[in-house]
Amino acid sequence: MLDFIKDNRKPVITLGLVTVIAYVFYFLDEIKTTSVLVFGWGYAVPLVLAAMVGIIGERTGVVNIGIEGQMLMSAFASFFGSVITGNIYVGMLIGIAAGLIMGGFLAVAAVKWEMDQIIAGVVINIVAAGLTSFFYAPGKTLPQLVPVVSIPILSDIPLIGPVFFRNGIFALATLFIVLAVNFAIFKTRWGLRSRSVGEYPSAADAAGINVTRIRMINVTLAGALAGCAGAFLALEAAGTFARGLTAGRGFLALAIMIFGAWNPMGALAAALFFGLSTALASQLQADEVINIPQQFVNLLPFVMTLIVLSVAVGRVRPPAAAGQPYTKEG
Amino acid sequence: MSLTEQKASDKLGIFVRNQSIVVPIAAILVAFVLGGILIFLQGVNPLVAYKAIFSEAWFDSDGLLRTFQKTTPLVLAGLAVTVGLRVGLFNIGAQGQLISAALASALAGIYITNLSPILHVIVSLFCGVIVGALWAGIAGVLKAYRGVHEVISTIMLNSIAIGILDYLVSNPFKEPDQSLQRTKKIAETAVLPNIGVIPFGFILALIICLLVSWMLNKTTAGFRFNTVGKNKFAATYAGINMKLMVVTGMLLSGGLAGLGGAIETLGITYRFEPAFNAGLGFDGITIALLARANPLATIPAAILVGTLRAGGASLQFETGIEPEIVDVLLAITLLLVSAPILAKYLFRGKAQKSANVTSGWGN
Repeated sequence: MLDFIKDNRKPVITLGLVTVIAYVFYFLDEIKTTSVLVFGWGYAVPLVLAAMVGIIGERTGVVNIGIEGQMLMSAFASFFGSVITGNIYVGMLIGIAAGLIMGGFLAVAAVKWEMDQIIAGVVINIVAAGLTSFFYAPGKTLPQLVPVVSIPILSDIPLIGPVFFRNGIFALATLFIVLAVNFAIFKTRWGLRSRSVGEYPSAADAAGINVTRIRMINVTLAGALAGCAGAFLALEAAGTFARGLTAGRGFLALAIMIFGAWNPMGALAAALFFGLSTALASQLQADEVINIPQQFVNLLPFVMTLIVLSVAVGRVRPPAAAGQPYTKEG
Repeated sequence: MSLTEQKASDKLGIFVRNQSIVVPIAAILVAFVLGGILIFLQGVNPLVAYKAIFSEAWFDSDGLLRTFQKTTPLVLAGLAVTVGLRVGLFNIGAQGQLISAALASALAGIYITNLSPILHVIVSLFCGVIVGALWAGIAGVLKAYRGVHEVISTIMLNSIAIGILDYLVSNPFKEPDQSLQRTKKIAETAVLPNIGVIPFGFILALIICLLVSWMLNKTTAGFRFNTVGKNKFAATYAGINMKLMVVTGMLLSGGLAGLGGAIETLGITYRFEPAFNAGLGFDGITIALLARANPLATIPAAILVGTLRAGGASLQFETGIEPEIVDVLLAITLLLVSAPILAKYLFRGKAQKSANVTSGWGN
């Protein structure tokens, strides 16, 4: 526990501060504070999951610009999977499977074929947008809603309980996924190998690590998390599918990844920052405290991304080999 | 290698040498076959469907005009992405630059009065080009001085442009007494005319293509661009100012996209309405990659995409197939030209490497 705090000083301090401020507001206005936090966390969940996809890829040396398309495809698959099978749990699995396939596709294109990683990602986005808009059938509804699960004891904590521990399956799982990815990257043998491949592939190769294989596996498996993010958007957040449902979240996630310095806990803090600012702006707009046109309130995350990136890039260091295809010598 | 194999490869040599033409054409054919299977699965004869697209788009004078109208901004959007690729920048924000320019030139066409026709057109086009260039310039400056990758910044700028334009056309510049959110019509003096079935803007777009091709291949500036795009380190070593090249590259790319939006407003739509130019910038990516970042090749690539876009509507009218099939056809084509699958299958070891633009997050 102490080690964990020491390793993640900045994110832990940020999260602690946010919690304290949230409780202050909670005592001032219970209902509004809870609703802002619920909205903010709901906004942050797909961003956090998508940022994990980016982090796993880049830590192993593969840039993933296609998260947007991977999410869109998974959202589509999970929604229409649920509609066709009449069972949302089957739909969830179909969504995750779609994410895996999309992840596998990027892996093959970027690692096996050594395609330009940025172009491969953009192609994934355009292909996903094309396929989902052609096969989209309007007027379908989910067979059932995603049930809300409360974790005993934890969900009774005021404020934090209803926000984080009384949710649909994906939103609940997200916190644990972040902790698991964080542990896996920094405390396991797999994580050490992955990071060495992302920093200095030829050294990793010399040490006997199969660079191509570990990149293929990681990029493919990360796709499953994009699948979770997509399924969350379609089944839990929106409850439906629409063309272009992901609305740029895959790109926001990349900004969050950079802002969080390629660190899962950092990305979690960054995504909460994005979610809470958006939620706060909407609430202030609704209360008529501020009076800016709704269109501008909706732009907040995009403008924030540009500002955050222009401040963060240069202060944080990406994995050294991110974006570079690796060709084994000899 | 045996003698017969030698002969075979000599015969195939012409194909191997012209991979940059053979691969895109093969990609288009494969995409049409795969798309045909999708159309067949919807219970329609693919040949009837494709005939509906092409007969409407090419063999009907209204349709032909529409094909050229659709093609005109696409040529420039493709050219915008192409110029970016040549400097090693992947401008996926042509969409945002194009629409902000479309509005800017519409406003110039509406609110500037008392100008002679030719001057008014030039001023309005100029306004569009400037706005498009500046919008892309933001991404250029962010990349050169803050290290923000242009793929993220331009996609953010797309969303920001859509939001701001949505506000502008629903409030200050909205056409009065109109439920649609759009501007008024531009003044007669700002209209770019059609010459028969060919919009004047199309000719303008072709001239710009030639100019850009000449600039990239025959001038010092073009040589600098190509050097930066091919090898950043060599360019720096040769004393080329990288920051300046990144910013000029984005300005030029955005200006071209902006010209596309401006021509579309002045010569085709005569007003700004957000739905008019949806997706043009993304088709520009497909066109640029289909053309292998060759400015002259963007013309046939844009004509193909423009044909499909123009014929897509009649496809739905005649066969009931959703016009989004065009998105699928283009997506498959894009996939096949950008991934080395086809080239490897056709040419094995002789396959050329495809485009490369990756630059890291921080440099």
